[in-house]
Amino acid sequence: MHLTLEFGGGLELLLEKSTKVHKVDVQPRDGEDKATMKGLLSWVKSNLIKERPEMFIKDDSVRPGVLVLINDCDWELCGGLDAELEDKDVVVFISTLHGG
Amino acid sequence: MQSAAAPTRAGSRLCTRCGERKAALKRPKTLEQICRECFYIVFEDEIHQTIVDNNLFKAGERVAIGASGGKDSTVLAYVLSELNKRHKYGLDLFLLSIDEGITGYRDDSLETVKRNELQYGLPLKIVSYKDLYDWTMDDIVKAIGLKNNCTFCGVFRRQALDRGAALLKVDKIVTGHNADDIAETVLLNILRGDIARLSRCTFITTGEDGPIPRCKPFKYTYEKEIVMYAYFKKLDYFSTECIYSPNAYRGFAREFIKDLERMRPRAILDIITSGENFRISTTTRMPEQGTCERCGYISSQKLCKACVLLDGLNRGLPKLGIGRTAKVGAGADGSGEQQGKRAERRNRSSLQGKHGNLDF
Repeated sequence: MHLTLEFGGGLELLLEKSTKVHKVDVQPRDGEDKATMKGLLSWVKSNLIKERPEMFIKDDSVRPGVLVLINDCDWELCGGLDAELEDKDVVVFISTLHGG
Repeated sequence: MQSAAAPTRAGSRLCTRCGERKAALKRPKTLEQICRECFYIVFEDEIHQTIVDNNLFKAGERVAIGASGGKDSTVLAYVLSELNKRHKYGLDLFLLSIDEGITGYRDDSLETVKRNELQYGLPLKIVSYKDLYDWTMDDIVKAIGLKNNCTFCGVFRRQALDRGAALLKVDKIVTGHNADDIAETVLLNILRGDIARLSRCTFITTGEDGPIPRCKPFKYTYEKEIVMYAYFKKLDYFSTECIYSPNAYRGFAREFIKDLERMRPRAILDIITSGENFRISTTTRMPEQGTCERCGYISSQKLCKACVLLDGLNRGLPKLGIGRTAKVGAGADGSGEQQGKRAERRNRSSLQGKHGNLDF
């Protein structure tokens, strides 16, 4: 399943070469027939995050203060961690924790 | 963004305000689910209402927007210039930026402010620590290391904003402090027992007795909504952590607030309400406001905090004016007993005055 992931608000600094946009191919986890946000987060943590994962993840979810949008919709309206992803979805992560 | 091409998810909810378009976010303040267009309207209207209800501005005033290039001040500059036109406030708006002299951080964020100057058509003034104090933060960190450097930066910035505002001949400074910031500061002031700041940190306008009042139009605006607004509107802002170690204590308070918000988003507004309703007991001694003998800046001591800190830097005793623990007879960690004693004495005298530190 092809997804576009975008990192902003300073989160891009945790990734290799501070790249903001990543086109990735993610499969549902074993035993699940659909990919969920929960699965995606652990995939991102093990495959994309190069440093300070605690700035991104806390207790299996994103760290409080990190906003998530699925196809430009607040993930709180899509089911949060249980939101199911579809091919070609765009998922955006933005940190609100950096200076103003 | 490729949202137009992306599939719309079946069963997506409609905006509770217009009932027509697909909801795009959940408002932390009200838990309403609203679409992007309705969000722009309520976000801007609430800020307008805050400005009107609190009489923040008078027609004809010159107003400086403290602009760091970060999300809050960028959104503030954008929204304020829109509202000024839409509701005919009659304000002359300016961007005012401070160059602390932090290579790889402030120089980059100032580039953002320079783009904002063109994008929003607002004149920009930059004042630098180098010009005002003859020290950059890079120099200061070289002299004192990575401990206490945030104290210098906070004290100097506060004064630099006032000096820049005086150069621009403005009547008022507005800053982008949002509801999350204010809730965080209420907690910090409780944790530090700083009663003087606790009582004023929730004021929407401060410094009315001084030369240039400051106000916070985002006092009731959630950080989440500011970032969502910037994202949807594709505003150009800069987001990198300062390279000179974040303020750890503030970091804890911030994290705590964010944890609370996740469980109960109203907590942020409730903490602000608590802060507003504290009554300081009449037996609490509050610092009296005067002016600095050397530079004339507001101060509750003979010398203002910035002058004490500068003195320390220029005399090679950078710990002057740092910390609050000095007690008569307590060991000073300065170099040499004479110097230590002197530092201690000055330290004590500068401590009782709780002005001009950090952000509020």
